[in-house]
Amino acid sequence: MRAFDPELWPIVWLTLRVTITSLAIAAAVGIPVGVWLGLARFPGKQTLTALVYTGMALPPVVVGLLVYLLLSRSGPLAFLEWLFTPNAMILAQTVMALPLVTGLVMGAVAAVPSELVRQIRSLGATPRQVWWAILREARLGVLFALLVAFGRIVSEVGAAYMVGGNIQGQTRVLSTAIMMETGKGDFALALALGGWLLVLALSVNLAAMRLQGKTL
Amino acid sequence: MRYGALILLLGPVLFAAGCHGTPAKSILVATTTSIRDTGLLDELLPIFRAKTGIEVRVVAVGTGQALEIGRRGDADAVLTHDPTGEERFVGDGFGTKRLPVMWNEFVLVGPPEDPARVRSAKSGAEAFRRLREQQAVFISRGDESGTHQKEKAIWASAKIEPVGAWYVRAGQGMGAVLRMADEKRGYTLSDWGTYLAQRDRLHLVIIYKGDPEWINPYAVLPVNPNKHRHVKHDLAQQFADFLISEETQQLIADFGREKFGEPLFRVDLPSKGGGQ
Repeated sequence: MRAFDPELWPIVWLTLRVTITSLAIAAAVGIPVGVWLGLARFPGKQTLTALVYTGMALPPVVVGLLVYLLLSRSGPLAFLEWLFTPNAMILAQTVMALPLVTGLVMGAVAAVPSELVRQIRSLGATPRQVWWAILREARLGVLFALLVAFGRIVSEVGAAYMVGGNIQGQTRVLSTAIMMETGKGDFALALALGGWLLVLALSVNLAAMRLQGKTL
Repeated sequence: MRYGALILLLGPVLFAAGCHGTPAKSILVATTTSIRDTGLLDELLPIFRAKTGIEVRVVAVGTGQALEIGRRGDADAVLTHDPTGEERFVGDGFGTKRLPVMWNEFVLVGPPEDPARVRSAKSGAEAFRRLREQQAVFISRGDESGTHQKEKAIWASAKIEPVGAWYVRAGQGMGAVLRMADEKRGYTLSDWGTYLAQRDRLHLVIIYKGDPEWINPYAVLPVNPNKHRHVKHDLAQQFADFLISEETQQLIADFGREKFGEPLFRVDLPSKGGGQ
């Protein structure tokens, strides 16, 4: 059974590590920014919103190329020495996940009825309490945003290949391994790796559904 | 939002776990998919590491991209197969030298029934002319790889500008292009190693080979530390020396004999400069 080949463990583990780390960073930044964008009224908001929505459609290969050029020895962030390491992949995936989380959270927050917002405020809530209450109200949308971002990161191949380099035992993740094995014509192994990817996605979504059932 | 708090806590931990870095002695080598896909490096690198303690991290891309990675100083050495591009690489000061490692040949593969009747061609250029005349489906790598460069050179030598619906620019690696040719019942130019390694999964057969010009030489080029100070030139040079050492050359010459019945690479290139 090649699907359970011990050689695959580092690949599965790295996939999880890169995905969860990128998602955590994207959530830490994207959720507050999304809530703020969803609530705030200021001139230029529409432009900013359009930018965030455009960011949701960033082509992975372009992100990969930009991150490559940033981290390259000839680039401005060369001192980090991140190129062809998992950190480079985390950076690229975070760049792609951030607009997704921000945009979807913003949408979820904007969908909270404005009367409710007014009501909370009129009850004398501090701004922090208002944010918290609205985040609670929009939690389903926030969870959905995280799941979508997870899906994008875990299956992304172009940027991961470009800035990670698909180095065996170091930066090979499920998606790049699938691409490589497909290129080599080893469809059976590619399928087995694809199966692992599905298992990861399924487990995360099941966990999210459990969570949803508990707290929502 | 207890879940959010959880991943916020977990994230930095995982992030930190990723910062353990690479061993003190490691180099990055940019090479071509055609080398990686044969598995040659999987056999050679552990030996090199046991001898020198140097870990070689391999990034496999097309030759064009590999040379570009070297040019930007993101690799310590490149191992590629585009003599012209490699000489320019050294000429422009990006590599210290070009050391021929091994070679095999390019072969024209196609459907066994050979609809364009290329088999009896007397030269590589003639074979390509027949493809053009018959408008036979030809899958080009189209990715500036070493194989693509060679293919363009052959078209040029046949004085043909390949355009038309029959000429498909795939922009993919050798393995993918071989399978595309297989599915489309078309022809393509392949390096011998990749074709041999995938032959069992393909219907394609060798239609033409043997033109003395159709040599596919691989060379290793340490990246010049004068251009990029941080490049580990000493270690890269050790890697190059290892590849061209007598012992390694013997290993390369025997590689694949057991699995495929014939070797994937040859090392006894008569003119040490490549086949151009």
